[in-house]
Amino acid sequence: MIEKPVIGTAEAAAMVKSGAVVHVGGFLGCGSPDKVLAALVAAGTKNLTLVCNDTAVINAKTGVANGVAPLIQNHQFSRAIVSHIGTNAETQRQMNAGEMIVDLVPQGTLAERIRAAGNGLGGILTPTGVGTEVEEGKTKLTVNDKVYLLEEPLPGDVALIKARKADRAGNLVYSKTARNFNPLMATACTLVIAEVEEIVEIGDIDPDQVHTPSIFVDYLVKG
Amino acid sequence: MIEYVEDKDIIARRIARFFKSGDVVNLGIGLPTLVGNYVPADVTVILQSENGLLGLGPAPAPGLADKDLTNAGAQPVTILPGGCFFDSATSFGIIRGGHVDYTVLGVLEVDQHGNLANYKIPGKMVPGMGGAMDLVAGSRIVIAATTHFEKSGAAKLKHRCSLPLTAAGEVDMVVTDVGFFILMGGQFRLMEYFPPYTPEWIMEKTDADIVVASDCFCCKE
Repeated sequence: MIEKPVIGTAEAAAMVKSGAVVHVGGFLGCGSPDKVLAALVAAGTKNLTLVCNDTAVINAKTGVANGVAPLIQNHQFSRAIVSHIGTNAETQRQMNAGEMIVDLVPQGTLAERIRAAGNGLGGILTPTGVGTEVEEGKTKLTVNDKVYLLEEPLPGDVALIKARKADRAGNLVYSKTARNFNPLMATACTLVIAEVEEIVEIGDIDPDQVHTPSIFVDYLVKG
Repeated sequence: MIEYVEDKDIIARRIARFFKSGDVVNLGIGLPTLVGNYVPADVTVILQSENGLLGLGPAPAPGLADKDLTNAGAQPVTILPGGCFFDSATSFGIIRGGHVDYTVLGVLEVDQHGNLANYKIPGKMVPGMGGAMDLVAGSRIVIAATTHFEKSGAAKLKHRCSLPLTAAGEVDMVVTDVGFFILMGGQFRLMEYFPPYTPEWIMEKTDADIVVASDCFCCKE
């Protein structure tokens, strides 16, 4: 089996070019690739489009920011495609000030649009959002008397994902609820960089226990 | 003279009594989370959390929080024996696919046509819908859980929602701290009222069409 390159965090961050669409795993910071994200803050790359469940958490009392929140604070995104921004006041401020465009997408629709992009589908039909602002500008289709919205695929240039463990071939195993969007994003982007807590030898992960097949992963970063 | 006193616990207690063993339940953040505290000891529900787990357990003991094990509100949680984890597509497949029996959500406005608004006050508060739109569209039974009145004194039960909708016509039941309503035929049907409130008082204080069910009763539990 071919081994995947193991690179440093700065090298990973340098692969994210200005203007790129970046998928970032994590749910309110749980399951985000924190070391790679810190390197991307240091690199200061701007004009990125974020695809993520949310814009993570800035603790209102302590000011501590997790997940993608430090990149928001560093003004690195010109657009964010997310389901929730309620735990990051800076996102709301930038949105209201016109500094960043925020597209709010229902969480299940976001997951399916990412999955569609990685799975060769031209879109998905969902009942979610029918009769709400979400349906504006979208094609509606009726199938067996039920109305659905046509939601288009959401591919990315780079996926920055987080897993618990990889083997050197790039097979990934996630941990608990830190899994969330990570396996979907691994399928949907041109370049996939996985930050992992542990790298084991080929053969050390039971093939039956692999969550993300190695072929989706381009680079490994030891987190 | 009846004086209104806000009581979130009575709402949570009443909702918890709907469930039977084996029901799959998703509880929203805030007031709906309280429902978990009142599920009767002889009823075993399976709690789903949309960030990717079934079999949600209680908060961990101090010092035992796991950074990789949280609920949809980012709070540390535990998982019960027999529980499992999955990715976000599977999680919303469970939700949209009709495999969740009850979803309990908070309310900004709910109207007599079963419309729910709970994710956005334009120009004021825009947290985003998160998983709420999928939960309301996909769950078998949607329960709106809310104190009956806003801070301003207006009832949250409306003729027609004025805020952006989370979903159209999907709410099945509303439980407030004055009574329990089901949505039927474009009206709120009062099924139970909680003392000291009376059906007459509830109808007088609520600017929406309410009918009192023929078997409506005073619920003292």
